[in-house]
Amino acid sequence: MLEQRIIRNLQQTLGKEHVSTDKADLICYSYDATQQQFLPDVVIYPATAEDVALVMKLANAENIPVFPRGAGSGFTGGSLPTRGGIVLSTERMNRILEIDSENLVATVEPGVVTEQFQKAVEKLGLFYPPDPASLKFSTLGGNVAECAGGPRCVKYGVTKDFIIGLEVVTPTGDIITTGGPTMKGVVGYDLTKLICGSEGTLGIITRIVIKLLPLPEAKKTMLVMFDSIDGAARAVSTIIGHKIIPTTLEFMDGRTLDCVRQATDLEVPEGARAVLIIEVDGDREFLAKQVQKIQQLIQPLGVVETRSAETPEESEALWQIRRSVSASLRKVNPDKFNEDICVPRSKVPEMIRKVDAIAEKYQIPIVNFGHAGDGNIHVNVMIDKKVPGELERAHKAIEEVFKGALELGGTMSGEHGVGIAKAPYIPLEISEKAADYMKTIKKALDPNNILNPGKIFLD
Amino acid sequence: MAKLKNLEDYREEIEQCVKCGACRAHCPVFGAERREGRVARGKVALSKAVLDGEIGLEEKVIEDLSQCLLCGSCCAGCPNKVPTEEIVAAARRKIAEQRGLSSFGKGVAAILGRPKLMNTLAKTGGALSSLLFKKLPEHSGLRLRFPAPYLESGRTLPPLTARPFRERCPERIEGKEGMPTVAFFTGCGINYMYPEIGEAFLRALKFLGVTVIIPGDQACCGLPAVSAGAGEVVEQLAEQNLAALTREPVDYVLTACASCNAGIGKIYADLGGDYEQLAAKTRDIFVFLVEMGLPEKLAELPSRGVKTRVTYHDPCHLRTRGITKEPRAILKSLPQVEFVEMEDAATCCGLGGTYSVYHYENSKRIGAKKAGRIEESGAELVATDCPGCIMQLQDAVNHAGGKQRAVHILELLNEVLPEE
Repeated sequence: MLEQRIIRNLQQTLGKEHVSTDKADLICYSYDATQQQFLPDVVIYPATAEDVALVMKLANAENIPVFPRGAGSGFTGGSLPTRGGIVLSTERMNRILEIDSENLVATVEPGVVTEQFQKAVEKLGLFYPPDPASLKFSTLGGNVAECAGGPRCVKYGVTKDFIIGLEVVTPTGDIITTGGPTMKGVVGYDLTKLICGSEGTLGIITRIVIKLLPLPEAKKTMLVMFDSIDGAARAVSTIIGHKIIPTTLEFMDGRTLDCVRQATDLEVPEGARAVLIIEVDGDREFLAKQVQKIQQLIQPLGVVETRSAETPEESEALWQIRRSVSASLRKVNPDKFNEDICVPRSKVPEMIRKVDAIAEKYQIPIVNFGHAGDGNIHVNVMIDKKVPGELERAHKAIEEVFKGALELGGTMSGEHGVGIAKAPYIPLEISEKAADYMKTIKKALDPNNILNPGKIFLD
Repeated sequence: MAKLKNLEDYREEIEQCVKCGACRAHCPVFGAERREGRVARGKVALSKAVLDGEIGLEEKVIEDLSQCLLCGSCCAGCPNKVPTEEIVAAARRKIAEQRGLSSFGKGVAAILGRPKLMNTLAKTGGALSSLLFKKLPEHSGLRLRFPAPYLESGRTLPPLTARPFRERCPERIEGKEGMPTVAFFTGCGINYMYPEIGEAFLRALKFLGVTVIIPGDQACCGLPAVSAGAGEVVEQLAEQNLAALTREPVDYVLTACASCNAGIGKIYADLGGDYEQLAAKTRDIFVFLVEMGLPEKLAELPSRGVKTRVTYHDPCHLRTRGITKEPRAILKSLPQVEFVEMEDAATCCGLGGTYSVYHYENSKRIGAKKAGRIEESGAELVATDCPGCIMQLQDAVNHAGGKQRAVHILELLNEVLPEE
């Protein structure tokens, strides 16, 4: 419980209607997609960087933890108010400030929903490629804080590759800007890249400068079913080996397809043990040739069936199988852990075999799907928490999955971040010296440890 | 009397919510007012907290639960298909039980439970100026559709008819031999506000030679009472309608109002037994007309030189029941219509049963978005299949300063049916 004078102070700074201590609001801002819940003491809705700076100054003076929150759709607890205190919602900071078609640069506030931004720039023939699965509801501020990825990243890169400048409120309440609207800039440390993916621990993003691309003229989608995961994996390396980088190379393994067969009436032939969804984009004439070449290259690799789409509607129909996965999995088992390891793309089949062996060892169904093009595998450990012992077995299995990924030169998380969910496993991946380097930065910038404390590193 | 489900009965559905946040992309109320308590995920979390005894039915909880159109958009976009609209309706019933019906809720209960009173009030209303409504006692049932805030807020409303539709027509209209017999469930909108839609309905069925029964003692379907949390009223109305609609054997019960279709077709289905059978017989008029081959018959009519550009608005209560193709099929087959699809055709208009009465400002904001889409489509008319939507769409267009008219598809069909 915060003292009344602190609440009054917040109300004076932000306006009464933008500060809530109502139990109902505390409940509504207590969770994210991890489904864990921690009640904050107060929820605030600032509108400007100045508001945020005043809040951070107050929080430092009074030693109150502050937890920035976009849409609350993260998978690792990055926005959870694990220690009570203040939830700082960016819901009111949701304006697209400028789209500069001449310089291909846009400036937005952090609460803008990613898809709404994409639609706005696409109307002007421009393109913002990062496309996390949550793009219809997650915010750009959250995407930057977590450095979100998505299927299109294999060709275009992840969120941080498009962020060229930021306005940030530091943990001690100063307003700084990093980078700017130029394509080049090497003066001082690259703080923009430091903030991207820092999970709201080093500063609160209040403005984002984004690099845009021209919108590709057309897109073609293919869905290819293979008789083995190795065939699908070889297809990925063959395509890229022939100097074609598709926009998207999504895969689903055999166990995922089993779930889809079990839970939906979508047509998935029995012989299919892996699926690749391949998309290419660019000039119309050039696409037809590229599709033909891809088909020729992968045909000898155990292709069971190929479906291709010409129109957006047909493309959407092909994506149905992929989009049905989450719901299908839940029909098989009620609870799941959705991990997002990343390995060098050539190691994908080896990683899948490791995961299969781990699933066998712990007697837990684990299915794999994700972004084959960049080796980013969504490992879904499916359990029923109500069954005694399953949760413990799941945790052991997950730890082995992480170790397996690291043995292959990979990482525990390609897109979701660490938050609280992966914090215990940090020592597996980051050496003590490297962790100290990071913690030194955090300590210097946030001496009172009040901005999103307890995230990434266990205190 | 069959009973509706309690909030407790929805625990399993509530626990299906994995808090992913996908509903934030679909909820029209959240779009108008960006607060977590306004979105499905928040309402489901609050419902769970209430069930678990973590929070009582305090003011903010009631406020958040009242901020729902029951449009089902969230459920359609939910990976786990959590039926938030059912959960919220059950929560409102719990609120009504524990805290009493709100003053408007009482008005709904009083009027819907007594169709004769509604008849009288509606008839009187048709002949009176809007000023008189303000003098009505607070709990007058007429406030169901015309509560004082409406009149003061500048909402444009159709006048009430002096002679309700069901008083104008016989209880049975004989069709051709060998054709099906149907019961026409008119609903309040057609009966009291838009009798011309009812007339058009009868002409369409006469054209096909279908026998129509219009039971005089049918009542409101109960959907506004669902929205207001008046559970017992819903159960009473269901019982009365079951008796009225099953007195004579019919092949189908037809509706020309999306809300009534969901009321009888879905809410009653959940009551089980005979109600379930009645629900199974319920058809939307356009589903029926397509089954009867009307588009093919319309195709034989001569084409018109000058066509009117018309777009279609999906009423939530049809969209959530999977009825989207049939109304469009009829529209597209009309010789005087040039059909254009508008963006976000499937987004709620913002009426939401009693929602727009409690929250007219938000309702207007949601309607304004719709008016923008209608304008962008270049259509002169926005056609739909629900009197409630027609009222809201026209109000939204008027507030946006647009020239478009909101009409029922049956009215357009009526223009081209051959003279008798």
